[in-house]
Amino acid sequence: MSINIKKFPGTPLSKEEFEKKVLSIYQVPKLEYAWDAGVAIGRYLAELKKGHIIGIRCPECRRIMVPPRVVCEWCFRPLNDWGYLEDTGTVNTFSLCYVTWDMRRVKEPEIPAVIEIDGASPGHGIMHRLGEIDPQEVKIGMRVKAVWKPEEERAGAITDIKYFKPLE
Amino acid sequence: MGMRKVAVVGAGMTKFVRRAQETGQELAYLASKMALDSCELTLEDIDSVALGTGPDAFDGVHMKGEYLSDGAGAWGKPYMRSYVGGGTGVFAAIQGWYHVASGLFDTCLVVCEEKMSTCQPHPQGAFMTIFDHTTERPLRPNLLWIFALEMNRYMHRHGLEKKDIALVSVKNKRNAADHPCALLGDPNITVEDVLASEVLAWPVQRLDVSPVTDGAVAIVLASENIAKRITDKPVWIRGVGWSLDTAYWTNRDLYYPKYVEYAARMAYDMAGITEPRKEIHIVEPYDPFDYKELHHLEGLLLADKGEAPRLTADGVTQRDGDMPVCPSGGLLGVGNPIAAAGLMKVAELFWQLRGEAGKRQVPGKPRTGLAQAWGDLMQVGTVVILGI
Repeated sequence: MSINIKKFPGTPLSKEEFEKKVLSIYQVPKLEYAWDAGVAIGRYLAELKKGHIIGIRCPECRRIMVPPRVVCEWCFRPLNDWGYLEDTGTVNTFSLCYVTWDMRRVKEPEIPAVIEIDGASPGHGIMHRLGEIDPQEVKIGMRVKAVWKPEEERAGAITDIKYFKPLE
Repeated sequence: MGMRKVAVVGAGMTKFVRRAQETGQELAYLASKMALDSCELTLEDIDSVALGTGPDAFDGVHMKGEYLSDGAGAWGKPYMRSYVGGGTGVFAAIQGWYHVASGLFDTCLVVCEEKMSTCQPHPQGAFMTIFDHTTERPLRPNLLWIFALEMNRYMHRHGLEKKDIALVSVKNKRNAADHPCALLGDPNITVEDVLASEVLAWPVQRLDVSPVTDGAVAIVLASENIAKRITDKPVWIRGVGWSLDTAYWTNRDLYYPKYVEYAARMAYDMAGITEPRKEIHIVEPYDPFDYKELHHLEGLLLADKGEAPRLTADGVTQRDGDMPVCPSGGLLGVGNPIAAAGLMKVAELFWQLRGEAGKRQVPGKPRTGLAQAWGDLMQVGTVVILGI
């Protein structure tokens, strides 16, 4: 702010003033969506249902990518060279999250992580959760393995993998 | 390149507050009017308007650009809204720049507004929709995850500790104590306070994060011949740059923001800057989280990879240091009304380079400054270099 300006606009409201609703109205818009999985992710989900993680290879840069996609964003080449990856990998990074999206506290932290999937190119991972581990024991570089839902419960969704657990 | 010189000639901002009584339109108007008054122009002098604001979902208004246009002075004028997530505030200035640099307009009013408090119970609800709907959202992520994952990766690659990073929060919140519009200035905060604050998503703690904020900022841009008639102290836009990385964020190494480097290199080239560490006198990098300031200083090539924490510990980035960083107080201290926070950084450089920053004034008559913002799924960098 400039020394040439002495008065600043904007009127802060206290929590109490805000909640009295005299100064605000409240409405919950209702929107529903049905997202198509698409060509590449559609196949990825179908393979998850069967208990496989599938990737795709670019003929130009030779990257093996996961999640799969129909076009390499580096080379802008169409992709069609599918291949199964392992259901094991390495923790690239993780967090111990003690709050929900609306900032409520939870006692046991959720453990989101990026997991580099074995068989994909180095550094190529997916976001998932870790489980069956003491949160304080999680380390970057740790080897992990997918824990699958029983076959009859799989729905063709990323949650067909319940979480990744340490690889003994 | 056949582009005209463009100057910033005026700027204005509202207080940054947790909840404003004013609507978004009203905030946009207050900042716009102040910016025009600061250079003694009226709306009749304005040829075009560029607006930046965050997701429509914050406001529950699915035409937010149009909704805000009246407050931003856009009635009957060529008007454009741009959006690149958290990078929007600096991108709006870039958009205003090419409106004028192209020769299409002589003046452009750039307005950025954000009213996050509308979104209940917490604007994180809107942020959740940035994740992929099929492969990520079923895992019930929240926005803190991506920051925590990126921060942890950055710390791991460079062997950093939380205390190395907490210094940024302390510096910025102390700097903000000198900003009359700041929400979270605190002259007495210590590293211990930051390290003792509530753990949200480790390694992110409460005082590592900037707050939900309402506010607006506006600047006035003019072509060279017009600018010289308006003011004796135009502040020139010497370079701009922007770059976007892939949305497949789990396929990148998050420890280094390559896209920020690309944006910076584009801006340095345009400005003719070959030794940024010597030639940039003030830096206002995007600091919604304390580690982001460090991450961005490295991406901007102003520190070697992993070395920004050492510069901070050595006092180099203090307001009276060799390379002052966030002398405004940044998002951590002044507040984080997303798009407005980015443009606040450009406005801060304008005031600093004109020697009008009062208690926040960087000593030594700085001549060149850099503002940068960042956003989307950790994938966009936007950079503006100003100089006198």
